[in-house]
Amino acid sequence: MTQSEIDAQAGPVQVRGTVLTVRRVDAYYAMTLVAPAIAARFKPGQFITLAVGGPDSSMLLSRAFCIHDVRPDHGGTVEFVFAVHGRGTQWLAERRSRDVLDVTGPLGKAFPLPRDPVNCLLVGGGYGSAPLFSLAAKLRERRCEVDFLLGAGSGDRVFGALTARRTGRTATVTTEDGSLGSRGLVTDMLDQVIHDGRTDVIYACGPMPMLRQITLLARRYDIPVQVAVEEAMACGVGVCMTCVLPVIGSDGITRMSRSCVDGPVFRGESVRWDDVGTIPFDAFGAPGWEPRSRRASQLQNGQGSSADPKGGKPGRGRSEGERPGAGGGKHGHGG
Amino acid sequence: MAVDLRARLGHVELPNPIMTASGCAGAGRELAQFMDVSKIGAIVTKSVMVGPRSGRPTPRMAETPSGMLNSIGLQGPGIDAFLQRDLPWLLSRGARAVVSIAGGSVSEYADLASRLSDAAGITAIEVNISCPNVEHRGQVFACAPDSSAAVVEAVRSRARYDIPVFAKLSPDVTDIVSIARACVSAGADGLSMINTLLGMVIDTDTMKPHLAGQTGGLSGPAIRPVAVRCIWQVREALPGVPIIGMGGVRTGRDALELILAGASMVAVGTTIFHDPAACARILRELEEELADRGIDRLADVVGLAHQAHAMTGRALSPNARVRRS
Repeated sequence: MTQSEIDAQAGPVQVRGTVLTVRRVDAYYAMTLVAPAIAARFKPGQFITLAVGGPDSSMLLSRAFCIHDVRPDHGGTVEFVFAVHGRGTQWLAERRSRDVLDVTGPLGKAFPLPRDPVNCLLVGGGYGSAPLFSLAAKLRERRCEVDFLLGAGSGDRVFGALTARRTGRTATVTTEDGSLGSRGLVTDMLDQVIHDGRTDVIYACGPMPMLRQITLLARRYDIPVQVAVEEAMACGVGVCMTCVLPVIGSDGITRMSRSCVDGPVFRGESVRWDDVGTIPFDAFGAPGWEPRSRRASQLQNGQGSSADPKGGKPGRGRSEGERPGAGGGKHGHGG
Repeated sequence: MAVDLRARLGHVELPNPIMTASGCAGAGRELAQFMDVSKIGAIVTKSVMVGPRSGRPTPRMAETPSGMLNSIGLQGPGIDAFLQRDLPWLLSRGARAVVSIAGGSVSEYADLASRLSDAAGITAIEVNISCPNVEHRGQVFACAPDSSAAVVEAVRSRARYDIPVFAKLSPDVTDIVSIARACVSAGADGLSMINTLLGMVIDTDTMKPHLAGQTGGLSGPAIRPVAVRCIWQVREALPGVPIIGMGGVRTGRDALELILAGASMVAVGTTIFHDPAACARILRELEEELADRGIDRLADVVGLAHQAHAMTGRALSPNARVRRS
């Protein structure tokens, strides 16, 4: 077997996917595509990208969506959930059965699974819960206990509450307006759910501020967290370099990592949440960044402190409240 | 009908004229999952710099009508990692590697050229003198003939004699022909055009610039007419200089348009972002477009639009389409 054949079997594929169904699910849409090659390769946490608007589209960027579920019918189908945010997702919502879409996947790193049967807490914000149900199935295969904690602004924006109740050991729901479950944010209930469920590991997908809070709380209990992040992407396959965020590597060095190929799943504590949207001064290749040995010798020569004229702009971060598309689960940009 | 698609990159012959545009294909590895990187003319790498570079903060991208803005800031691991990891990989796959280089000073460009010349197997060097993202004391090399020439001259003098050097021009200039002339006089074997146009988007909800870097490079079909115009003007003034054309190419027909304006090769950029196999598809489409028109040699149509009454003479009989079927 040649190297390219090995790659072809392990990696993503670009296919013409036929729309099977598009249906409303409360505030969201769920689309099912016939795409056997993608379904066969899928692992929970991975996503797909779609070209939108047809061959003469004025919308050039791929739209990325977490895969919600794959099924064996029709040779293999892939389902994903989306909200209409802009013209691209509006176009998607208007697709009908038998329309054909250009779809690429499965992309990105999947959720790592525990070796032992442990207590897992799956936290979803908005339709960020979409990838958690196929993960739950995999976890149950490994005899893990699965608790769900789902939240959103309102009841119609909590995706999969019924499925969570049916399939989870427990399912806790929070809404900001109190229309479903308890009033508040998922992070308000996190302490209690962790205590009640004796949580060993947390999986989370949703808006960045939620993932940040969960990581902070989990650190207090020393519980490992796997998060699927949401960053604006143009390509989803690792070439455009737009979806980067500061992530600490196993060597202790912070890199601007691509959430599409290095993620979207990261260990929560490896993400520098407070620096998302910035280039931390000590990130690999940041303005003024030097390997330690070289930096020391330059400081002796009096060159190390001058501002780098060609560099980026460290510290120009935006507050997390400004981040677009904070609905959860979607890795595409605003529309 | 089989069309002879061979193209010349200076004195180097390529099997066909379709390449990736710098910055839209990494170093080829990611796209190899979706197409055979050895089948297209060349992989033009993302611009390589002397050291590692983290790039700009996010958001780095905004979608615009038939285009996009990017403000990446040349994030990359630097020349050492490129030579150690990316170049050997490209060569092992049988791909032709055109290495784009970027620097903050003339000496950095020169260093990169000599480092690349020491490595075996490089097909050509593309000098990114026109990236609008680089903050070089507020000035970009490509905006003035003398600074463009200084970079090209340094690269040409340090690059091995048998490696063609292409200068990538910015369209954000008053007179692109004067820049093109300066680069060719300084020793450029050819020209790549166009780089992105500087643009900006303001978010009307936050009432702030959408990109963290405020401005970004505009690419995509929105800029294709600008590319055609730039290629046309330079071809008109310097008909003997090979041109790699790029700017909003989405189909084989678009590639043909740039070729008719004077490009001997065509690079595909932004389209890759929604179609990772775009280069292979556009190559197929280009061959079909040529065959449909009864053209059996790509070289025959390079710059053809410059010849008056091009479509009425030659072998382009009205029956060409019929003949094919």
